[in-house]
Amino acid sequence: MNSEFLGRAMPWLVTAGTLALWEGLCRLFRVPEFILPAPLRILAATIEYWDAIWFHASHTLVMTLIGFALAVVFGLLLGIAVGSSRLAYQGLYPLLIGFNSVPKVAIVPVLVIWFGVGAIPAILIAFLMSFFPIAVNVATGLATVEPELEDVLRSLGAKPRDLILKVGLPRSMPFFFASLKIAITLAFVGAVISESIASSRGIGTLMVQASADFRVALVFAGLMVTAVMGIVMYAFFAVIEQHTTQWANRKMEMEV
Amino acid sequence: MSAPSASSFVNINGVSLVYGKKDQTKALDELNMAITEGQFVAVVGPSGCGKSSLMKLVTGLRPPTSGTIDVGGQRIDRPLKIVGMAFQNPTLLPWRRTLSNVMLPMEIVEPHRHSFRADRKQHEARALALLDSVGLDGFATKFPWQLSGGMQQRASLCRALMHEPSLLMLDEPFGALDAFTREELWDVLQDIWLAQKCTTILVTHDLREAVYLADKVFVMSARPGRIIETYDVTFPRPRRPDLVFDPAFAEIVQHLRENIRHQRHVPQAASAGRAAS
Repeated sequence: MNSEFLGRAMPWLVTAGTLALWEGLCRLFRVPEFILPAPLRILAATIEYWDAIWFHASHTLVMTLIGFALAVVFGLLLGIAVGSSRLAYQGLYPLLIGFNSVPKVAIVPVLVIWFGVGAIPAILIAFLMSFFPIAVNVATGLATVEPELEDVLRSLGAKPRDLILKVGLPRSMPFFFASLKIAITLAFVGAVISESIASSRGIGTLMVQASADFRVALVFAGLMVTAVMGIVMYAFFAVIEQHTTQWANRKMEMEV
Repeated sequence: MSAPSASSFVNINGVSLVYGKKDQTKALDELNMAITEGQFVAVVGPSGCGKSSLMKLVTGLRPPTSGTIDVGGQRIDRPLKIVGMAFQNPTLLPWRRTLSNVMLPMEIVEPHRHSFRADRKQHEARALALLDSVGLDGFATKFPWQLSGGMQQRASLCRALMHEPSLLMLDEPFGALDAFTREELWDVLQDIWLAQKCTTILVTHDLREAVYLADKVFVMSARPGRIIETYDVTFPRPRRPDLVFDPAFAEIVQHLRENIRHQRHVPQAASAGRAAS
């Protein structure tokens, strides 16, 4: 009971401890604000500029979610194709790996040439960064179906579509939901990266402008807001994961 | 050796199976088997003799390299649709409750798949009756991972029987269970077979299991597998657990064991088997 409570409190304690240490060190060594602002100063800046921060952050959130939604659809389809067909796997996998190895920052200028500065590059980068883990995880779930189970179904006259719908997809759902919480944070990183290079709105733009103006506290306020939004989105999908694929997390008691 | 005849339900005629293209492994060599409708046969042999390959051939999941297989008067050239299968691994779907696991075949087999929703009540009643007959009443709403190994295997048997298959293929279904559970399930299986009388092929390495359950035991040689003996078991049914202490029972098991051991040491000596009774 006690250790369970401690387990729940740990994330808060460690975060609070880190911030307290940061604050303490800044005061002890009199670190100038333009090098590293102390947490309380950052909090003050966050409150002071809240309207501007929310104006930009909400835009980033929308970009992230649109890119992420595209990634879920596309990642699922690609994962099903790669996971259920050996030929598709052999043909597409090297290409996918190669594509995923390209730093997405390098693609932003190309997207700007094609689509101009603004929302589309941000959405596309968010999408490009997050579809890969989804596709790979779904493909893994599909490709690792037990051969005996396949035999059972095929001996009943199952069509390839039956195998995917009745076995492959349900089986890959835990992999899918596990990948969502990784993918959402990647989508967020992608949106911020793109905005900080080519956009007139978004938390990335805000931070670039603030650092150009030497308002370091505001830069850090942007970083903090980014971190908190990342954690919230991760937690949201972690909860969804727990509730949708109960059978894969057999932590509950044997009821027999 | 039993000659293939027109009256048999399963007819395996001179079947060979070779794996691989470069390093060819001969899994089965000139296999002949004839099984009459409603018969319970067991296939025994040393490990790696190609028993499981035989299962894949008979169900049409894999084509033979040479020879022919007929089931119910039809040449097998694609997966059969009238087969129920169960393996050593219960392979239940962990996201479905036991009841819907058992009903799975009805969602796939023609023609039931088209009317699955409409006939759901009927299917449910049949699935529950099956679960009842293997002693799983009250577990229909449990998930597979809430069941013990023996219970999962019972559910797997129910799934294999759900669509009233005319051929039941069992590949070491009790291989992973403890001795008590296994012998309990022998009786469960025998009772089901006595009630349904579907043709059953049981692949096993347990000689006692083969003799206890089967009308006819096929003994296979080490790789490349072929039938070296066909033994008819004539104990009356229903057979009950005391039977294993019967000297006649022990004698048959001993005889089969000798035979398998002998041909393992001198594989060349294995000639065409002799029929005993």
